[in-house]
Amino acid sequence: MMMNHSLKSRCKVAPGTVITGKWHSNKYTVIKELGYGANGIVYLAKFKNSQVALKMSDNGMSITSEVNVLRSFAKVQGSTLGPSLLDVDDWKSSRGQISFYTMEYIQGPDLMTFIQNKGRSWTTVLFLQLLNDLNKLHENGWVFGDLKPENLIVTGPTPKIRCIDVGGTTIQGRAIKEFTEFYDRGYWGLGTRKADPAYDLFAVAMIMINTAYPKRFNKTTGGISQLREAIRRQKDLQTLEKVILKALQGHYTNALQMRTELMSLAMSSQKPSSVNQSMASNSTSTIQPQKVNQTGSQPKTRQNYRKKKKKSRWAETVIITMSLTLLYFLYIFQKLL
Amino acid sequence: MYTGKIRQILLITDGCSNQGEDPIAMAALAKEQGISVNVIGVMEQDVIDEKGMTEIEGIAMSGGGVSQIVYAQALSQTVQMVTRKAMTQTIQGVVNRELQQILGRSQTIEDLPPEKRGEVMEVVDELGETVELEVLILVDTSASMKHKLPTVKEALLDLSLSLNARTGDNQFAVFVFPGKKNDVEKILDWTPKLQSLTSIFSQLTTGGITPTGPAIRTALSSFNSKRSLRSLMTGDDESFLEESM
Ligand SMILES: Nc1ncnc2c1ncn2[C@@H]1O[C@H](COP(=O)(O)OP(=O)(O)OP(=O)(O)O)[C@@H](O)[C@H]1O
Ligand SMILES: [Mg+2]
Repeated sequence: MMMNHSLKSRCKVAPGTVITGKWHSNKYTVIKELGYGANGIVYLAKFKNSQVALKMSDNGMSITSEVNVLRSFAKVQGSTLGPSLLDVDDWKSSRGQISFYTMEYIQGPDLMTFIQNKGRSWTTVLFLQLLNDLNKLHENGWVFGDLKPENLIVTGPTPKIRCIDVGGTTIQGRAIKEFTEFYDRGYWGLGTRKADPAYDLFAVAMIMINTAYPKRFNKTTGGISQLREAIRRQKDLQTLEKVILKALQGHYTNALQMRTELMSLAMSSQKPSSVNQSMASNSTSTIQPQKVNQTGSQPKTRQNYRKKKKKSRWAETVIITMSLTLLYFLYIFQKLL
Repeated sequence: MYTGKIRQILLITDGCSNQGEDPIAMAALAKEQGISVNVIGVMEQDVIDEKGMTEIEGIAMSGGGVSQIVYAQALSQTVQMVTRKAMTQTIQGVVNRELQQILGRSQTIEDLPPEKRGEVMEVVDELGETVELEVLILVDTSASMKHKLPTVKEALLDLSLSLNARTGDNQFAVFVFPGKKNDVEKILDWTPKLQSLTSIFSQLTTGGITPTGPAIRTALSSFNSKRSLRSLMTGDDESFLEESM
């Protein structure tokens, strides 16, 4: 996106800079820049031996607006919807007053980087997590709005997806505050820009498509036909086609419906994979078993099948032996008593 | 004076005016009437026209609006962003003036402690969602804009999609300059639906001079004639702001 140059330079501060709040007098030492966007710059900063993320902007109102959203999230029980809000203040810099807020530092790679490193087998799990969080958010009357891979961070040690950047988060029924074209249903001619849960679910479906097209693609004809075509061209997406298409067409009215159907797709496409294969942390491991389900004629598939048969025969033997042994022991015990 | 409506001129151009009044002065005239002038400069990739850029920033500055230089491909997202930003800016200005009346001179939103600002922001958000918006779109159709017009059309349809998602009413009008006979020509009169633009746009001819100043002046008079008609029908313009505060 376009960026106002004066804005960027005014908020540009060097590592080591101490930012003191005008109202609450907390001191933050800038460690490094984490990223920037249309609304400001986010820094990693040190505060009393802990690390926080500090977002500053020339536009005080956008800071206030995001703080409002984060405050409201804090009231939602057990929520991990966005980063938790820590402090809001102004900094009197040499270049004038700048509004900022600090929040929990969410450490980890963004969604795309994570999938590239860990393999596609993680994608479904992460989407299931995301849909759960979105459902909570929707239940509380919000729509996330600017949902895109850059705004999704996967934290560890057990991978958990988290949303950052609540700049687009909108009260349901209002016009979406901020969006990115590729993930926006209005851009594709598939709906309005009024905030409803289906708006976010459309974006989730586009992120799914995005995982198979890391560079995204441009609108040509637009509409469902272009997107359906894109799905059918990628093996990784074909298995999810049903869920993606429904989300794109606004057939899910809440995130849990989409989650349930994604879950059952995930279960059915994983069943035929033999245990030994899904254990291997091979990035292609989920692709092969999926094929098993669709076409039985491929050589790989048959091999898999035979292996599985062999395995179950072996299991039979073990079970029989074990039960025989058990019976034998019972017999001995009875004799002894 | 604030009349409970937001009026904007959205100027889409790619360069310098070369005919008639100084557009920066005309923008100042608009501001005096409570109409903000926002400018989007559509540039070619890698062509940075210093003079054009200075004029674009100057018009927005003196028109109390927002300006943005953009490449044609990013036009849609920019048009809606600029319009939205300008609207928020106007509302903020209004809210600031209200605050000054309540809290005394020289108090603005920024002077409030961060905790209090949240409530003010909610009012600004609420107004942004519900306020009546009038956008007069002024499109430069001089020769250099020829191949950019399809993108401009797309961007305007996209704008109506964004604005029609709001609860509040919208009114749009579209003028192009230079016109067939005059400096400026009205191609779409005030309407809540911008979609009808599609057919009109394909028939547009481009070419000729760039009378940006006269175009802004004509746009202003279009607001004025509209206002006098409407003020006869509605008299409760100002009351809603006090209610929502
Ligand atoms: N809480 C956080 N923890 C870790 N990194 C963060 C955090 N918040 C933001 N970042 C990093 O900073 C970048 C920019 O932040 P953010 O998206 O909030 O800015 P923005 O100006 O609103 O951007 P956009 O133009 O996408 O709306 C993010 O992409 C992310 O890499
Ligand atoms: Mg943002």
